[in-house]
Amino acid sequence: MSATPAHAGLVLEGVSVRLDGAPLFKIDCHIPPGQILTIMGESGSGKSSLLDFVAGFLRPVFEATGRVILNGEDLTHVPAPERHIGLMFQSPLLFPHMSVLQNLLFAIPPAIKSRSERRQLALQALDDVGLAGFSDRDPATLSGGQQTRVALMRTLLAEPKALLLDEPFSSLDQNRRADVRDLVFRLARKNHLPVLLVTHDAEDGAAASGMTHYLNKEQGGGCSTFKQPRVVSGDQ
Amino acid sequence: MPQSTGRPDIPTVLIVTLLTGPVLAGLMGTILPAFGYLPVLGYHSISPEPLVALLRTPGLMASVALSFGTGLIASILSLAIVLIFTAGWSGTRTFERLTRFLSPLLSVPHAAAAIGLAFLIAPSGFLVRLVSPWATGFERPPDVLILNDPMGITMTLGLVAKEVPFLFLMTLAALNRPHIRDYYKAGASLGYGRMSTFFKLVLPQVYPLIRLPMLAVIAYATSVVDVAQILGPTTPAPLAPRLVAWMNDPDLTKRLMASAGALLQLLVSALALLVYLVLERLVSAWQAARFASGHRRRRDGFARLAGLLPMVLIVALMTASIGLLGIWTVAKSWWFPAALPQRWSFERMLDAFGVGGHALFATLAIAVLAAGIATALTLWLLEARSYRKLSARSRVNTIVFLPLLMPQISFLFGLQMLFLLGGLSGTFEAVLLAHLIFVFPYAYLALSDPWHRLDPRYAKAAASVGASRMRIFWQIQLPLLLRPVLVTFAVAAAVSVGQYLPTLMIGAGRIVTVTTESVALASGGNRQVAALYALLQLVIPLAGFILAALVPSLAFRNRAAMRLER
Repeated sequence: MSATPAHAGLVLEGVSVRLDGAPLFKIDCHIPPGQILTIMGESGSGKSSLLDFVAGFLRPVFEATGRVILNGEDLTHVPAPERHIGLMFQSPLLFPHMSVLQNLLFAIPPAIKSRSERRQLALQALDDVGLAGFSDRDPATLSGGQQTRVALMRTLLAEPKALLLDEPFSSLDQNRRADVRDLVFRLARKNHLPVLLVTHDAEDGAAASGMTHYLNKEQGGGCSTFKQPRVVSGDQ
Repeated sequence: MPQSTGRPDIPTVLIVTLLTGPVLAGLMGTILPAFGYLPVLGYHSISPEPLVALLRTPGLMASVALSFGTGLIASILSLAIVLIFTAGWSGTRTFERLTRFLSPLLSVPHAAAAIGLAFLIAPSGFLVRLVSPWATGFERPPDVLILNDPMGITMTLGLVAKEVPFLFLMTLAALNRPHIRDYYKAGASLGYGRMSTFFKLVLPQVYPLIRLPMLAVIAYATSVVDVAQILGPTTPAPLAPRLVAWMNDPDLTKRLMASAGALLQLLVSALALLVYLVLERLVSAWQAARFASGHRRRRDGFARLAGLLPMVLIVALMTASIGLLGIWTVAKSWWFPAALPQRWSFERMLDAFGVGGHALFATLAIAVLAAGIATALTLWLLEARSYRKLSARSRVNTIVFLPLLMPQISFLFGLQMLFLLGGLSGTFEAVLLAHLIFVFPYAYLALSDPWHRLDPRYAKAAASVGASRMRIFWQIQLPLLLRPVLVTFAVAAAVSVGQYLPTLMIGAGRIVTVTTESVALASGGNRQVAALYALLQLVIPLAGFILAALVPSLAFRNRAAMRLER
């Protein structure tokens, strides 16, 4: 990996979310580009609230302190559409009124103006995940794994600078799961994206082979718990 | 549970008969006289005479154009206001606050809203009074045609003010389904602005649920009578109010002409629906072509503001109108240009209460019975269909909406003739039946979504411990749905109270409700009494909605999971 500037990546600086005055969790983490931070926690521990806070969707009933910094830019008060943070949900959430191709075209930034170039990018993306020839299909006719792959490419085509994964593998059956998971992680690393993965499946965390953080209101917020102490450092 | 046998179940047959029977019979009863056949009045031969007479009527084309134009424009404007506001503000605190104002406005009957609006914006109305004489110099009301303007602008405004709350609540209900919040997030995380996300991702998914209500709005607005009589032009008037006048004309040949006119009204409304459907196609094709462009339109601050203003204006207009009705009822003397009454009197209000008591009682009796029967029938239909695992979306849905997709006047004329023949005209039962035709679709609209959203596993869990179908309905499904069932009842009662034309035509002057009274009084000079009757129209719906809110809170005060979500 090439040397990255010190501020590269996604930084959660002293982030703490409270509901009705009661603290849900605290977290203080730095996710370098290409690295995956796995967030584990009981249901109700605030996993979704953390994702909502980072992506800019936290509802006003929650009070949050701390900052979200992406590649040195403070995003805490930036509206969600301008954050350039890609999001994958528990369900693939392909837009049911569009074809597979339209779903992908929808994500490509408008700066790419030429119709043929946009189309080419989308078709290439489909090809990359082994779905060449699916472009005109109705998303509803795809299998769960296929839908998740299209959703992944839709997220990446929007050229995000970070990736948030909200248990995107939970709806897949066991043998599909590992394939799709590896694909997501591989592409995230290839694009040098810092990744925040929320899951309650320890296997997802192990496969991510990065840092793991257990959301917990008593504990301090640092990313102290490492499965494998593999922090990216300056020395190569 | 048994599988469908292919044999239609009793409630389906009953309800289809209840709705299509009167509509088809009424249509026949309109078509025959339109071609000169009306044996009761001594017309036995088929002739084109009524049609010819109709077409020779002066100003007919102007009336047709007014009905078509005001109705279609008001409907499209209402939908646009609702959608742009929802696109810009859904999920914000502002949205929630305005929702709280708009929901009760739905229960305001058309006539009451129109009368309130008239008091507000007339040349001698509250707004002019507020700035007179210090700013305008008016010592007497200015001689301008604000009400009953020949273009029908005020009438359009009145229709918009009333249809916006309805379409808004239909949109809210449509948005209330799983994953909609996630689609908003998906749009935003791909970099799309709030309004773009709504129009490109959310609306295409929920529009099918708003469509039928929108078509009903068009059919209604192009054939409205009460609002047109209060706010609409008079020289000439739109088609529908002219038809009513011909129908009540002592010259009996006018009745045949009125029937021919009712057919023309059917054509006008059908044309408006057709034009809307074509526009709908064009807009959705244009929209679909833009999915692929990738334009994010993140700077939508101005558009959002433009969406907020009309909505706030409508809420303010309606609230002020209703407040004004309240002031007028207790005003003893209120001469122009005073902003507030010079003398107040509660006695006159009590007097009028005494006079209006029988009308209020008739309104209440019809509303409670119609709402009760409609709610019970809806529950019966829904239970029977889900017990037999019949699909929720089917032809039944379209049939249920049939009475709302046609101009009321087109089949009420014929229905009136039939009731006249059967000696039922002017009876309580006939009016109740006529109300039921229009109340049932709304009851079904209000209740079918909550019913289908109820987790079917509750019924299965109950069945697995041996509960009978009866017990499952009475002890599981009905209590779980208590809140929506009561809301449905309240909606149905409000719809019944708002019915003007069915009461007028079928009641034949013998059944009088606060609504028919208030429309009759609106054109008269006595504002106090007109305001009081308009206000009485609000009493029943309001009481209904308060009950619907209170009863479940009391019944389930110790059941946390039964509270409203959010």
